[in-house]
Amino acid sequence: MSLRQAGETTMAVEIKPAGRRGNIARMATLREAGLIAIILALCIAMSFASPHFLTWGNLRAMMMSFSIEGIVVVGMTILLIVGGIDLSVGSVVCFSMVVSGALFLSGLDPWTASLIGIAASALIGAVMGFFVTVVGLNHFITSLAAMVIVRGMCLVVTKGTPLSLFTLPPEFKALGQGSFRDIPYVILIFVMVVAIFDFLLRRATAFRKVFYTGSNEKAAQYSGIKTSHVKFWVTVLCSTLAGLAGVIYMARFGAATPTFGAGMELNIIAAAVIGGASLNGGSGTIFGAILGMALLSVVTSSLILLDVSVYWQDMIKGCILLAAVSIDHFLHSRKF
Amino acid sequence: MTEAPILEIRNLTKTFGPVLALSEVKFELFRGEIHALCGENGAGKSTLMNMIAGLLQPDDGEIVVDGQRVSIASPAAAQSLGIALVHQEIALCQDATVAENIYMAAINRRRMPLMNYQKLYCDAQRVMDLLAPIPVRTRVADLSISNQQLVEIAKALTLDCKVLMLDEPTAALTESEARRLFAIVRGLKQRGISIVYISHRMAEIFSLCDRITIFRDGRYVATDPIEAVSPDDVVRKMVGREITQLYPDKLLPQEKPGRAILCVEGLADGKRFADVDIEVREGEILGVGGLIGAGRSEIAQTICGIRAAVAGTIALNGSPLNIRHYRDAVDAGLVYLSEDRKGSGLFLDMPIAANIAALDLGRLTGRLGLLDRRAEAQQASCLTRRLGVRMAGVEAAVSTLSGGNQQKVAIAKQLSISPKVIIMDEPTRGIDVGAKVEIHRLLRQLASQGVGIIVISSELPELIGLCDRVMVVREGKIAGELGADELSEEAIILLASGVQQTSTQQEEAKNVA
Ligand SMILES: Nc1ncnc2c1ncn2[C@@H]1O[C@H](COP(=O)(O)OP(=O)(O)OP(=O)(O)O)[C@@H](O)[C@H]1O
Ligand SMILES: [Mg+2]
Repeated sequence: MSLRQAGETTMAVEIKPAGRRGNIARMATLREAGLIAIILALCIAMSFASPHFLTWGNLRAMMMSFSIEGIVVVGMTILLIVGGIDLSVGSVVCFSMVVSGALFLSGLDPWTASLIGIAASALIGAVMGFFVTVVGLNHFITSLAAMVIVRGMCLVVTKGTPLSLFTLPPEFKALGQGSFRDIPYVILIFVMVVAIFDFLLRRATAFRKVFYTGSNEKAAQYSGIKTSHVKFWVTVLCSTLAGLAGVIYMARFGAATPTFGAGMELNIIAAAVIGGASLNGGSGTIFGAILGMALLSVVTSSLILLDVSVYWQDMIKGCILLAAVSIDHFLHSRKF
Repeated sequence: MTEAPILEIRNLTKTFGPVLALSEVKFELFRGEIHALCGENGAGKSTLMNMIAGLLQPDDGEIVVDGQRVSIASPAAAQSLGIALVHQEIALCQDATVAENIYMAAINRRRMPLMNYQKLYCDAQRVMDLLAPIPVRTRVADLSISNQQLVEIAKALTLDCKVLMLDEPTAALTESEARRLFAIVRGLKQRGISIVYISHRMAEIFSLCDRITIFRDGRYVATDPIEAVSPDDVVRKMVGREITQLYPDKLLPQEKPGRAILCVEGLADGKRFADVDIEVREGEILGVGGLIGAGRSEIAQTICGIRAAVAGTIALNGSPLNIRHYRDAVDAGLVYLSEDRKGSGLFLDMPIAANIAALDLGRLTGRLGLLDRRAEAQQASCLTRRLGVRMAGVEAAVSTLSGGNQQKVAIAKQLSISPKVIIMDEPTRGIDVGAKVEIHRLLRQLASQGVGIIVISSELPELIGLCDRVMVVREGKIAGELGADELSEEAIILLASGVQQTSTQQEEAKNVA
């Protein structure tokens, strides 16, 4: 290694100026740039295939379609970084929706009802967090059980039939349907959530602990980090964001369906993984995960515009996931 | 030696991105010789071993085995050429049993669909017993790091190989295990097996090896028969300068150590040890010796709150501490350097700067709870410079560093909070001679500034050369304490093992020293 010339004393090592972006940061930006390139290429190709594709209307619809899920992706990404996973997000989105809806129907004003719905979601996160950190189960099993239990709770609350919420006041519905100068509130909320958490994840001390814990839990403990606290709070955060998404869905649809969100978790985990979150923990970015979400959404939208049968769509999306993860694996194993 | 070498490396070059790890090095290994490979941390020793074992591919140059030029594409290819490597970093399946790990290669090659566990355990135990009586049905994850190292060695012994490469096999071992290993290695040599032996312990190299090759900065320096060189020559060639004083001056007898900094009384964890009293006084370095499994690390971890105590009091500078979690200890200024840097010391995938900052993020946190990245980088470059870490920059991942340099980062992490008491478990594990001198000097300097220092070490010369007082632990009890004037290898071994040694063993201990 040529950092040091022979003959110098041991302690004198030339150090490159600190603060430059290192290998890891470069790898991450490389992946994000790649995703952006693929998304752009797809968009351009699609604009030739279908004149409707690159219209503001279609782009807005596409953004709308992934904005609310995008809020859930944020929480999932952070949870993946800490080394966890949450299969219950789809159920929790629905739970927040039906709890808020039922409370509204029972006479509460919709804002308070929503806050309670979100709090109830956070509570589910706390219960899962308890089982993970105190009882010592893993995230996969705990959230798998929660997925089923919470879905059951949705059915109990609604007695199995959708709640019709057309009486929701317009100023609440605006949350999901209205827009600020042609930009839907949904998209604004989404962008805000992403911006805040992306910033925090990169800069905040509290979130740095998430990376430490996910990278090597034992080493984190040997650094005085209370890893069970970190895991607990991240689990709660993920469920809370799912709850927030549920409330926005309610405002958007003006209804609360007890079967809503089934299978959503797979889409969300796929997006985060395409965007670079590792299932082993320790790495991932929110920006990347959102790009992953955008890619999936562009593909879905293209398939619809191209009139590809619904039966094919899942298969194609699955293949994209496989390809993305394989490329990633290849890039990583090459590093050694 | 006129016969053709069994393994020959010609002009081998290896780069990692911009880092030139090896530059046109050569190396020759004859049948039945024990060949030492020496060099500073980051000189490229492990990189060369990894290429011979098929884990890495050279950029340029030739590997010649038995006169045939070969390209070794994978570890399996190396195995079929009769080449085995004991890694510097432990690479065992943590969830499998010791026996399954030992016979991993054989199990992998096995054609039969079912396993004969009875035979597997039986065979594995026989191999294991050559080194240490570790029960082979235990899960590897439940073993201490030094026992894992022994398993790693046992694993290599089962391979039917012509060339055995040992990359710092004794770094985590105590004298007695090391001695067993040497006996085995000599036996292998007798059977005509060639051995490459990497170590930073000069005494071992001189008692065990036939020839020595030295690398510096990724370049080949020299190969000599061991009789033709002295330890000083070797060090000079490795480091490129003279090292005059291996250990810093101790406290003089008239300089009494000051007041007690750390006071531990009646500590017990209910399982591994009981009734432990420790006192560290200002200005002194306290050593802790003992055999592997004696409970040294457990005691240290319990003091720091990493493991739970059932009895005992801890006082820092006279005031009692209530430590329930390691966080409390760190906040009070009490830190512990783990002996297992890969498992619990470092975040391998994360940048060097982030690793060093991990102990106390609070110091680097500005307003609004945001991390001050610039302060983090500055702290890292300051400490890495002080410890002489060779790296591409503080944002490089720790996994790109050589073993010894990783260890320096682990030490830098402990120093980052300006601790009041440091408990170091094998602080110089895998660190080269030159850097070791610097680290010892640093510890002495810290001690004289009033930092309490406890050094747990399996390396007797280190305990004797560095410490003012050595406490020996045997089977979870403090077996005794030796003052500066009573320190000797025999005295420590005697306390550690609790039995009178035979004279031949004492002889051997002297030779090793
Ligand atoms: N994967 C990698 N990526 C980048 N650089 C690497 C990588 N592996 C090794 N290096 C660099 O190559 C050089 C040689 O490393 P190597 O591990 O061979 O040293 P070593 O002689 O075994 O040192 P030690 O005594 O500390 O174990 C070091 O400077 C190290 O930083
Ligand atoms: Mg090495």
